[in-house]
Amino acid sequence: MIVFDNVTKRYPGGYTALDGVSLRISPGELVVLSGHSGAGKSTLLKLIPALERPSSGTVHINGQDVSNMPKRGIPYLRRNIGLVLQENRLLFDRSVYDNILLPLIINGHPPGEAAKRVGAALDLVGLSRREKEFPAGLSGGEQQRLTIARAFVNRPSILIADEPTAYLDPAYASEIAELFKSFNSAGVTVLVVTHDISLFRQCSPRRIVLDHGHIVEQ
Amino acid sequence: MLNWFYLHLRAFAQALKRLAGQPFGTFLSALVMGIALALPAGGYVLLDNIAVLARGVSGKPEISIFLDNDADRAQVDAVRQNLQNVPQLAGFHFVSRDEALKQLEANGLGDVLAGIAENPLPDAFIATLRSDKPELFEALSAEVQSWPGVAHVRLDSAWVKRLSALLELVRATMLDLSVLLGLALVIVIFNTVRLQILTQKNEIEVSRLLGATDRFIRRPFYWFGVLQGIFGGLVALAAVWIGIDALAVPVAKVAETYGVMIVLAGPGWRESLAMIGIAAALGWLGTAISVRRHLVGR
Repeated sequence: MIVFDNVTKRYPGGYTALDGVSLRISPGELVVLSGHSGAGKSTLLKLIPALERPSSGTVHINGQDVSNMPKRGIPYLRRNIGLVLQENRLLFDRSVYDNILLPLIINGHPPGEAAKRVGAALDLVGLSRREKEFPAGLSGGEQQRLTIARAFVNRPSILIADEPTAYLDPAYASEIAELFKSFNSAGVTVLVVTHDISLFRQCSPRRIVLDHGHIVEQ
Repeated sequence: MLNWFYLHLRAFAQALKRLAGQPFGTFLSALVMGIALALPAGGYVLLDNIAVLARGVSGKPEISIFLDNDADRAQVDAVRQNLQNVPQLAGFHFVSRDEALKQLEANGLGDVLAGIAENPLPDAFIATLRSDKPELFEALSAEVQSWPGVAHVRLDSAWVKRLSALLELVRATMLDLSVLLGLALVIVIFNTVRLQILTQKNEIEVSRLLGATDRFIRRPFYWFGVLQGIFGGLVALAAVWIGIDALAVPVAKVAETYGVMIVLAGPGWRESLAMIGIAAALGWLGTAISVRRHLVGR
């Protein structure tokens, strides 16, 4: 469950990215967040894993108040949230396999179980044959799939993605959208920021539209 | 517990991989640390050798107790009795004035006394001490001096005192040098780890996004610093042994001219372990400061 209660985010310098936003996303929902550039979509997304803190109001994730969470609690919050950011943030000096393995090591999974999970994640995103390669050798779409596999391998209850198809051609974009739909079918709460809502139209997602820091449609 | 061990093992392997990934840099760092550590370590080893040598050359320290020229038999016996009751003495023997004169003549100095009608030399006791501590000499000398019939007490320890003071001075200098060089090593590790943190910036940020704790992120850096320290310690140990090997023959030749046989001893296994342990601890300290400055809470 994701609950925003009258959340305002003001950046140093006075720019208000979100202004009194309230919303509630139930477990297992697929939500598509859209709006023009600068509407506050990315800021809203970053408040969920506490990459940003609200200036006022509260954000609750699975019953936990993230707005005032002490720093030492944040890593444990993030382990239950799969993150796919605009820039894919892969580790280019590690193999595809090791990139996916990292969250499992962080989470303290035993090596045997971690290996099984990485194998399953690789199968899911279709990169099984490329596990020994390095990310630089993958196409843009494959890199994005790798990022998604890394976000999902810990089996988080929430998956958030910021423009995951932004730089992909339509065929790749459609593949990525399918992945998110399959995660949602497995009961994961999915929140995707995208300009291309048509990719998700088939599964009738809930749509939230932001404009200048306000929710104008949900 | 198993997970903790596994995480440390991974961090250790990661640190080793980072070190192996830049062999030249690792070698240079170890060399710099090794040389810096070898100076005080080598100094201490030499100091130990000199101390052992000094003890060997001086043998048992002695004091000469000269009696009054007019001391009678009873006073001589009283002094003998008193000396028997001094626990700090390893032994003593009496040298009569006649024996002293004979020894002087045997040494070819008889002519000096040729014009003097009466033997001017006093009766004396030569006593050897159990310990070579200068303060013991002083205390004993003052006590013996107060006995009836004793004219003068001469300590044969002046050079021992000088050597002891000199060794103390060198030891203190070595300590200062160790502290300064230790500080330099901490700074070297601090900077090396800082550069590592900058190099691994992306990995650190990604790990944080994925839920890594500060402890998880710091762990490989600590191992990195400790391993650098251990490599530095090993280089220092090798340098000390090479130094001892190189000095062994010249030192033995110098000693031979004094009629002494010297075999320079290198650091034992305890000293070697201590040297590596101290180097590892300095590596840990440099890392701790660097990590605190550049990583924690960022």
